Amino acid sequence: MAMEMRLPVPRKPVSESLGRETKKHLVVPGDTITTDTGFMRGHGTYMGEEKLIASVAGPVERVNKLICVKALKTRYNGEVGDIVVGRITEVQQKRWKVETNSRLDSVLLLSSMNLPGGELVRVSGWYCMILGGSKRERRVRDLLLGSDFSDVAISVFQRRRSAEDELAMRGFLQEGDLISAEVQAVFSDGAVSLHTRSLKYGKLGQGVLVQVSPSLVKRQKTHFHDLPCGASVILGNNGFIWIYPTREHKEEDAGGFIANLEPVSLADREVISRLRNCIVSLVTQRMLLYDTSILYCYEASLPHQIKDILKPEVLEEIVMETRQRLLEQEG
Amino acid sequence: MAGLELLSDQGYRVDGRRAGELRKIQARMGVFAQADGSAYIEQGNTKALAVVYGPHEASCVLEIRGSRARALPDRALVNCQYSSATFSTGERKRRPHGDRKSCEMGLQLRQTFEAAILTQLHPRSQIDIYVQVLQADGGTYAACVNAATLAVLDAGIPMRDFVCACSAGFVDGTALADLSHVEEAAGGPQLALALLPASGQIALLEMDARLHEDHLEQVLEAAARAARDVHTLLDRVVRQHVKEASILLGD
Repeated sequence: MAMEMRLPVPRKPVSESLGRETKKHLVVPGDTITTDTGFMRGHGTYMGEEKLIASVAGPVERVNKLICVKALKTRYNGEVGDIVVGRITEVQQKRWKVETNSRLDSVLLLSSMNLPGGELVRVSGWYCMILGGSKRERRVRDLLLGSDFSDVAISVFQRRRSAEDELAMRGFLQEGDLISAEVQAVFSDGAVSLHTRSLKYGKLGQGVLVQVSPSLVKRQKTHFHDLPCGASVILGNNGFIWIYPTREHKEEDAGGFIANLEPVSLADREVISRLRNCIVSLVTQRMLLYDTSILYCYEASLPHQIKDILKPEVLEEIVMETRQRLLEQEG
Repeated sequence: MAGLELLSDQGYRVDGRRAGELRKIQARMGVFAQADGSAYIEQGNTKALAVVYGPHEASCVLEIRGSRARALPDRALVNCQYSSATFSTGERKRRPHGDRKSCEMGLQLRQTFEAAILTQLHPRSQIDIYVQVLQADGGTYAACVNAATLAVLDAGIPMRDFVCACSAGFVDGTALADLSHVEEAAGGPQLALALLPASGQIALLEMDARLHEDHLEQVLEAAARAARDVHTLLDRVVRQHVKEASILLGD
């Protein structure tokens, strides 16, 4: 087995090579931001003896009368509508506790989950229950909902959760499973309530998870990307990034509970490993992650072997190239 | 020990420093990518590493023997663990953690940081601070507190102010700041002070030796001045780190 060793060298700060200066007002805890009492205090500040004092280290952001200090690295703060990737830590009575890299564990209520089978459909005042979750039943449901019954009022409910569902909770999701979900609500203490009410959310099958800081994931319209290099990626707002092989045919059996355990081909696995190393290299240079930056980094890394990407000199070169390409593309 | 004078007539100490002079401090933040916050500090020959995880969900497991971590409904729980490497002292230590001194040090660190971290902002969560001393040459409590402050800042946990600590002693009518191991082993009184520099509030003051009360103020003053000097250095380190990260992320 070949081993490579290298001696420690002094790290050169990357910002020097960029040659940029920051125009922001940077503060550290204990610094007085302002003595003007007319400002409202936001996150990262506290009031002490008539002065507004910073409580975290970072740049000051001022929006009209609101002053807040944005910390460089925090845990994930949930906002309604965010896509997150989380891991089940506990199975409780009517809910699951999901770890999402936030201050408190998130909650996935049993009623917020799309259970396979048993959707209740109300058609112009009449209730009919569509049992089963197989493809045929789903087609019937889609037909009912999709067709142009303009004079018929149709609404779809999830059936009420019964005791059997509670007992069968572990059959759906166990401790250690990974899921993708959307944030439904945020409680007053900051805990987040998730839901998987769409077919694109649910248990995740085979793939690679990369954990990064939430501040490095760019907010976009969609977080599910099918990259042209042959893999798909879910950029969770909480910093969990899931890379998985793109499935050619989209099967939606049982709303995503049965994990697909078919063996993944070597070509797919190589693409996924390369993507993972590219994401890690972007993160070490603190670049924002979104589909374009990941794709450019992937293309810049193609001349190198997958295991060489994480070597410091190769890493810097690849990320510098990505940065230049992104700058050119912007303007 | 005959012949070993801690303070010479010209005012020089054993390692050539003046009475109120600190040892060379070098610090770096963000040394571990996998932890929420981490920092490494070297104060002379004392080297300490601090790692912070949190705030995260409080777990009801038995952390250290005898103590049980439980979630507090109105504020965050601060959990500190101190450990010194077996190779940190002149003689190899048999038990890196779990012994009395480590438990007491952990408790002192917890008291210090509960005073400084704004725990009301994160109810029901838990903040873990793990400090490890890699090389102990006197002033281990101070080095641990300084390293932990940087690590907590790196993790983005809101704090009232920096917590800067320094040790001080008293020899021949003069107060010495930042004691090394030789000076600590000589057996004179030694005091450890943790200070919040901006407001001048004391987070922790610890001494377990005999000192005449007339001298207390002088020693306390020397320790406070040294802690403020430490603050100047740590402030510079943090600002540099924040500036670099800010430039990298772009405007």
